[in-house]
Parts: sequence; structure tokens; C-alpha cells
Amino acid sequence: MPNIDILQIVVFIAVLLLLVKPLGSYMARVFEGKPCGLDRVLGPLERLIYRLAGVKADGEMSWQRYAVALLSFSLAGFAALYLLMRLQKFLPGNPAGLDNVAPDLSFNTAVSFLTNTNWQAYAGETTMKYATQMLGLTVQNFLSAATGIAVAVALVRGFTRRTSQTIGNFWVDLTRTTLYVLLPLALVIAVILMSQGVVQTVGPYAHTTLVQATQDGDGKAVTEQTIALGPVASQEAIKELGTNGGGFFNTNSAHPFENPTPLSNFLEILAILLIPASLCYMFGKMVGDTRQGWAILTAMMVLFVALLAVCAWAEQQGTPQMAALGVDQKASVTQPGGNMEGKEVRFGIAGSVLFATATTGTSCGAVNSMHDSFTPLGGLVPMWLMQLGEVVFGGVGSGLYGMLIFAIVAVFIAGLMVGRTPEYLGKKIEIFEMKMASLVVLVPVLLVLIGTAVAVVTTAGQAGANNPGAHGFSEILYAYSSTANNNGSAFAGINCNTPFYNITTALVMLCGRFLFKIPVLAIAGALAARKLTPVSPGTLRTHGPLFVILLVSVVLVVGALSFIPALALGPIAEHLMMIGH
Amino acid sequence: MLLIRQTLVVLLVFTVLTGLAYPLVVTGIAQLAFPHQANGSLIVKDGRVVGSELIGQSFTDPKFFWSRPSATTVTSGSAALAYNAENSAGSNLGPTNPALADNVKKQIAALRAADPTSTGPVPADLATASASGLDPEISPAAAEFQVARVAKARGLSEERVRQLVAAHTKPRDLGLLGEPRVNVLELNLALDAASR
Repeated sequence: MPNIDILQIVVFIAVLLLLVKPLGSYMARVFEGKPCGLDRVLGPLERLIYRLAGVKADGEMSWQRYAVALLSFSLAGFAALYLLMRLQKFLPGNPAGLDNVAPDLSFNTAVSFLTNTNWQAYAGETTMKYATQMLGLTVQNFLSAATGIAVAVALVRGFTRRTSQTIGNFWVDLTRTTLYVLLPLALVIAVILMSQGVVQTVGPYAHTTLVQATQDGDGKAVTEQTIALGPVASQEAIKELGTNGGGFFNTNSAHPFENPTPLSNFLEILAILLIPASLCYMFGKMVGDTRQGWAILTAMMVLFVALLAVCAWAEQQGTPQMAALGVDQKASVTQPGGNMEGKEVRFGIAGSVLFATATTGTSCGAVNSMHDSFTPLGGLVPMWLMQLGEVVFGGVGSGLYGMLIFAIVAVFIAGLMVGRTPEYLGKKIEIFEMKMASLVVLVPVLLVLIGTAVAVVTTAGQAGANNPGAHGFSEILYAYSSTANNNGSAFAGINCNTPFYNITTALVMLCGRFLFKIPVLAIAGALAARKLTPVSPGTLRTHGPLFVILLVSVVLVVGALSFIPALALGPIAEHLMMIGH
Repeated sequence: MLLIRQTLVVLLVFTVLTGLAYPLVVTGIAQLAFPHQANGSLIVKDGRVVGSELIGQSFTDPKFFWSRPSATTVTSGSAALAYNAENSAGSNLGPTNPALADNVKKQIAALRAADPTSTGPVPADLATASASGLDPEISPAAAEFQVARVAKARGLSEERVRQLVAAHTKPRDLGLLGEPRVNVLELNLALDAASR
């Protein structure tokens, strides 16, 4: 890879790390209920919401009540979104004249946005009208993200509180996240994106006369181009920031109106990683030892950089098949080279692999290149990043609590090795926490493997594969890896808008989201009730390099043991066939 | 009962706030501060909209620079229609899929047929379909590959065509980000103006 491309990546990581501390400290203030600056402007609105809803701002909840509030809110959000799609024809704001959305697709999409997955079995510009995109999808982009952050904050409170029966108030956490973190950041990002060329209008699609008339595959003459528009920038900003990933257009952030320039690309990748990375610092700040936060962030960064390097190498390499056809895949000052199928010229290889790694390491799932057309090893990286459980920065909130669960598993394993009761941040880890942690680690693994197994042995499942052979298997494996871990990206050739895929992936998304969140809240409740164990010389220090190595190893070992057999049938088999060609 | 009230009120308030107020405020800012970008960066020539700076068009005539191959189809139905900006799509063909090799072979054959002297290796981006199917740009190498053909078809000197390519080549953003690139539609419009 050319040096300038490596420099792009280094600069990106440096900018991200510079922003982690300011945003992390700010979020700590928001969730500790301290003045944060914006509350001077938005405080009255916050208090108005509480008054209308009958929420007591200092009314603390047990973990069970927190979970019930979360489930009740999610269910209502699901119902509203489902109805909006089923009835969109009858609502105003439909300049493209789109019909109601089919029941199975509506069910799938409602679940998908509710669970912060944003798996999209539809093409936005031909399926969803403006009102649905704004009132339904944009709203859930905010709220599913805020819900994820709320759960992470609740878990952090489990560590900071002693002999407490409560872990905070769901409504307050949700409201403060949305008002003080997501809305202001989204507004700033939307404005910068628009300056780059992201569209934002509620007017009808544009029509242009083609410079050279052409014809379609049936030989019909075409002299006009219809250009889909819409309120894109507002959705684009929160789509990245909330690690949602649901694009306005079918090709998501590859579409020039969603991501017009290398600068907008840089900003979008930054927006994807910004909150998940800053939450680590917030965690350190709230538990009173920022080194703990940096240790978690370091573990994430190690995994990120290592897998990014593999992906970049594989994509820059190109394929022997293309070389044999007379394609020049060598990078130079005048061309990106490499495997350019399914990539945009303005992003080249570096801008595409950085986006791909960021979007799958987090649970974002937006794409600026078609992962389906990646080289086998280049495509293995995004797939494995999801299978690791979305903890390489991870989704907003879910990344932090996912990684903290792995940290609990890591101290447990370390405890077994030296024969001591494991503890993390002064809290003893006991049987109940380990049961819940095992559930959290194993549920997504089972969902991926069982989902894939069911799809490959049924006719309806096999019918989805768009590519022959090992690559077709990879498409199916990717689909269930993405939905079980609430990512939402796809090997998009898969034909997933069928009742079989709409229903199975929706169930997998639901289990992946709620069978993960509820055990995490249970752990939060159990830890909050426990008293602090004083530090002794035998306590494992959880902020040093030793712990970082241990944590990274646990993540890798769980991911490798669970998925190497499946990966061997997909990308690895394809890679061997490719180089043996 | 309190739970139902809390659920419904919070959902309603945030639907209005994030689903209505937020996008409309952004739309307001867009139409005031960035009207050109917010409405699709349209290019108007002689009072007619001839395209968008950000959306590619299909070119097959030897006198034009060609855009990258596009995998888009017609809006309803499955017939191919390159650069259909109402239905963005990538090919999603895997690296070892024979269909991908066929597409690339066809594109290379078309390029060589339009200019039998262009026998060198074809730049990767010019041989392959983009992610969106609407990529407005090609690499400078892909433009250089086509200079001789366009110059010959228009009776212009290669020097002159190269000058136009250079004038429409964008460097990396901030000298660092992304790739240098050539906007095909803008270049072709400039060529038309130059050959008049």
C-alpha cells in the first residue's frame, strides 16, 4: 500500500484519539447529572419532557424495572414503525408515489431499526417515502442508539455503586443521551456533510437530460436520468453517529449523495468510531480511574489495527483472475489499483478498507464499498469483526458493555489460573455474573451458526445466494453474523427480501439484541448490590499491558474457536481456490 | 399505567423532536446555506439541467471519456440500465465468480474495439463496476488510457485533450485524503465546449 495511504490511516487514528478525552469527559458529566453546558439551553426542554411523561428525574430503578422500561419502549417503537410502513401510501410527503411496504419486509425492517441493526432488505429510494424515512427510520436511529448507551451507563454504574439496589433511571438516561449527546453532534455533522454535497430536501426527484442518450437492456431508448433526492444529510449524520448504518439509498455510503468526497468519508468514519471510543474514556472517568478506560480502548485499538492491516493488504493485492485478464492492479500516483470492483474511485483502497473495518468493528453496518466483492481474505475481516461480538469499539453502548463482559471473562480465567476469586474494579465476580456473561458471549455465536446451518440446508435459504460455491456460503454466513450481532451490513448480493430471510433474520436480530442486553442489566444489578473488595497485593491490575494482552487473547480465542470451522468453508476455501487458479 | 404513559409520551416527544424538528431544521439550514449542494449539485447549461456533478452518466461514444462500468438496472424490472440514479447498485459479484470475469472481459474488449491501439493493461477502476453504480469519477490513469481515442474521434490534438483532463483532475482532499480523480461528465461537457 502506498505510503500516503498509510498516512491517511495514521492521521485518522490520531484525530480519533484526540477527541476521545473531551467527548468522554463530557459524557461522564451528562450521565452523572452534572452541568454540561448544553443543559443551560436545553434544560427546560428536558424538564418539560419529564413533567409530561410523569418521570421523576431522581427516581432510581432496580435492574428489573430498568429492563421493563427498556422493553416497553422498544415494543412501542416497533409498533409505531411497523404501522408507518404498512400505511405509508395514505400519509402525506410521498413525492415518488411509493406503495405500502409488504408485511414481512415491514416486520423485518421495524425489528432491524429497533435493534440498532439496520439490516436493509429493501432499496431505500424505491421503497421508503420521505415521511417513513424521517418519522420512522431517523427516529429509531436516535432512540436505538440512545437505548444502547443507556445500558452501557447502567453497567458502569454497577461498578461504581456499592450495596445499592438501583442502577439509574432509564427515561432519564435515554432523554439525556438524546438531547445532550446525539442531537447536537448529529446537527454539526449534518451541516458539514451538506457542505460537501450530501443532499437535504423534501422536494421531488430531479430530472436531467442525458448528454449521450443510451438504452436499457431491453433495447428501449433512454434520454433522461431521474436522480433520487431526499432528506439525506439529517439521516446520514445520525446513521453513522449512532452506529446504525441504515442508508437512505440502496448503496448506502457508497452513493455520491450520501458520501460525496474523501473529506465526507473521513468525517463519516470518524462519526462511526467517535462515541464508542469516547465511551471507554467515560467509563474510566466514572469508575474514578481513567487508566481502566484506556486499557479497554487499547485492547480495542490493537484488534482494530491488526485486522485493518490484513484487509488493506488483501484488497491492495487484487486478484490473479483480474491480472490474467489484462487489468493493471498496481497502485501508482495516478490510480488506486487493487481490487476496485465494488469500490468508488474517490475513496480508493485506503478509504474503503478503513470504512469497512470501522463499520463492522462497530455495529454500524453502513458501507462505502460492496463487501461482497472484496477478495476472500479482505471479506473475511469484516465478517470476523462482527463475529467477535462487535467489541472492536463496538456499537454505541453495546461495544463498551460487550467488551466489559469480555473483561469479566478475562479476570475469571486469570482467577482460575492463580486460584483466586476473580474481581474487577473492586467487585467480586461470582457465579451469577459468570452465568450471565457466558450467556452474553454464547448467544450470538449460537444464533450465527444455527441461522447459517438452517439456511444452507433449506431450499428457501439456498435460494438467497447470489454467487456460486464457497462465496455463496460466505454470503449466508455473513448475513447471520451481521444480524445476530446487530451490525446490518451485508454481502449485499444475497437476495434477502424473501419471507424466509425476512423472518429468520428478524428473529435472530431480536434475540441478538435483547438476550444480550437483559443479562447485561442483570449483571449491572448484581454488581451494584455488592460491596467493594479492598485492593490487595494479589489483585490483578486491570490497567496494565498484561491485562490488555489477556483481554485481546480472550476475544480472539472465543472468536477463533467459534468460527474457524465456518470460515474455513467460506472465505478460506475461496481464497485457496483463487490462488490455486 | 404510569409505564404506558411514560412510554408513549417519551416516544411521541422524541418522534416530533428527532423525526420532524431535527430533519426540518437541517433542511432549513441546507436551503439557506447550501442550496446548490442540498438539491443535488445540478449542472445547468443553457437553462437546462444536464446532470449532477456528483452522479455519473453512461458514455459509449468514442468521442467521450467513458465512465466506469455500472451495475444498475431499470427502476422496475431487471433489465440493465447503466447509471440509473433512481436505483443505485453494485454488482456484488464475488472475486472468483465467472460472471465477474465475463463483465471485465466485455469492458476490456469494448475499450480495445473503440481504440485498437490501446493494447496496454487497463487501469483497475476502468475495468470494474463501482459500488454505487453511479461513480462520477475515474482515476487519472483511466483518463490517460482514453486520451488517444478521444483526441482522434474529435480531431483535437492529444496535448489539448490532456490539458482538459488536467484541468478537470481533482487532487486528494487536503493533499492527503482519498484519491486524485477526474469527473467524467464535467470533462465531457468541457470537451464539447472546446470542439464547438
